[in-house]
Amino acid sequence: MHFARSWRQQSSNLRLVGSRCTSCGAILFPERIRCSGCGSTELEDHRLSGRGTIFTVTTVFEAPRGFESQVPYFAALVELEEGPIICAMLTDVDREDVSVGKKVTMVTRRILAHGDDGPIIYAYKFTPELAG
Amino acid sequence: MKPTRAVGVIGYGGYIPRYRIDAAEVDRVWRGSGKKEGQSFKAVPGPDEDTTTIAIQAARNAMDMASIDPNELRAVWFGTESKPYAVKPTSTIVADAIGALPHANAADWEFACKPGTEAMQAAIGMVGSDMARYAMCGGADTAQAKPGDVLEYTTGAGGAAFILGPGQESVAVLQASTSYVTNTTDFFRREGQEYPNHGQRFTGEPAYFHHIRSSVMTLMEEIGAGPGDFTFAVFHQPNSQFPLRVAAELGFARNRVEPFVLTNLVGNTYSGAAMLGFAKALDVASPGDRILLASYGSGAGSDAFSYEVTDKIVEVRKRGVPIERYLKRTKSVDYAMYARYRGKLRRN
Ligand SMILES: [Zn+2]
Repeated sequence: MHFARSWRQQSSNLRLVGSRCTSCGAILFPERIRCSGCGSTELEDHRLSGRGTIFTVTTVFEAPRGFESQVPYFAALVELEEGPIICAMLTDVDREDVSVGKKVTMVTRRILAHGDDGPIIYAYKFTPELAG
Repeated sequence: MKPTRAVGVIGYGGYIPRYRIDAAEVDRVWRGSGKKEGQSFKAVPGPDEDTTTIAIQAARNAMDMASIDPNELRAVWFGTESKPYAVKPTSTIVADAIGALPHANAADWEFACKPGTEAMQAAIGMVGSDMARYAMCGGADTAQAKPGDVLEYTTGAGGAAFILGPGQESVAVLQASTSYVTNTTDFFRREGQEYPNHGQRFTGEPAYFHHIRSSVMTLMEEIGAGPGDFTFAVFHQPNSQFPLRVAAELGFARNRVEPFVLTNLVGNTYSGAAMLGFAKALDVASPGDRILLASYGSGAGSDAFSYEVTDKIVEVRKRGVPIERYLKRTKSVDYAMYARYRGKLRRN
């Protein structure tokens, strides 16, 4: 059980908190201590909107340990509207509704439960925008 | 009961999982009596959903509508009887997800189908006494039933969240609230047991009907109102018949109640049930409308509320997500997928 690691990741997992570079304005996710654009270390916390589009997507049938109960599932690179591209699972979606460029929004889901007696990890996934 | 300063709902939101199972499919597996399809469904949480994720989405939708700084919330209180953790609150996770921590009281309310409205009364007290500007309350459940039990036809999943704040900022202002509580055991689950036990027919007259009638009549007497004064009335809905029957007994016209009985579409969402109905009523209400909300929880009693809708509702609810969208977003699953999603298949 990685209590400390999951605790450190909670703000990015639950609220999509990344970093904003106060020198060049770059938005980074997850949080960094140095800007990957200009090298500045003057970064502040920045909460991302959770809106983005599917950049690429693949279907996972052979899941890593702990994710077996969720197969088959979609793993995608999602381009967030603020710029960063992040790797995330898609949820509540069928194959025919998954396409590159599709608009998606962040939701919080159970990502991993460590057995029946370990902690439950909640984190972001993405789902198609709810039809109006 | 009413607070010394005016309090009301400044934002609300609901959430219903996407999957549905037809009650006829449950019946096919356990009785095979040829129950007609398409009559009633229940919402089934996906494999990555639980009460916490349902509460988080309802809370986010409420926050989007209220459009307030989450750091101004002094309480985040969710009621549920299907907590993912036996020890460790759900509300701390919800509060973290909406950015309300650390200067908020985050706690869980529990038991039967009415902890959400218990939290609502407490939130009203907290805001009404000026201890807090804003407080969030809600109810969410992924209702449990023993496979094959009559409950399995209706145990649904969903939830709703409400943010209480000063009356002048509200989309619906509280007139009064009452509770009618007795020690009546008609439904329970002993510690360590996986599924609840219920008193079959005993859950009707001495339980549901007596408690809701009593809380609502006390409330109407307190504010000097009759059933004709309410535009809409929302009752706890363990099935689709009970709320219509109690409404008729109390003198409410059927067409003011039926649109907010969601049981045939999503099942009994327990702590979420009356609250989702209330959210749906707010979705369609007009300024000046009065809405009655009456919850019921087995062995827990009934809480009743009277709210008056304000002019603000028209603009403010545009920032939210109408419950109707979740009612329309459905994907049907058979009993096998339902059993998998609900963790009823053990692989080790
Ligand atoms: Zn930079």
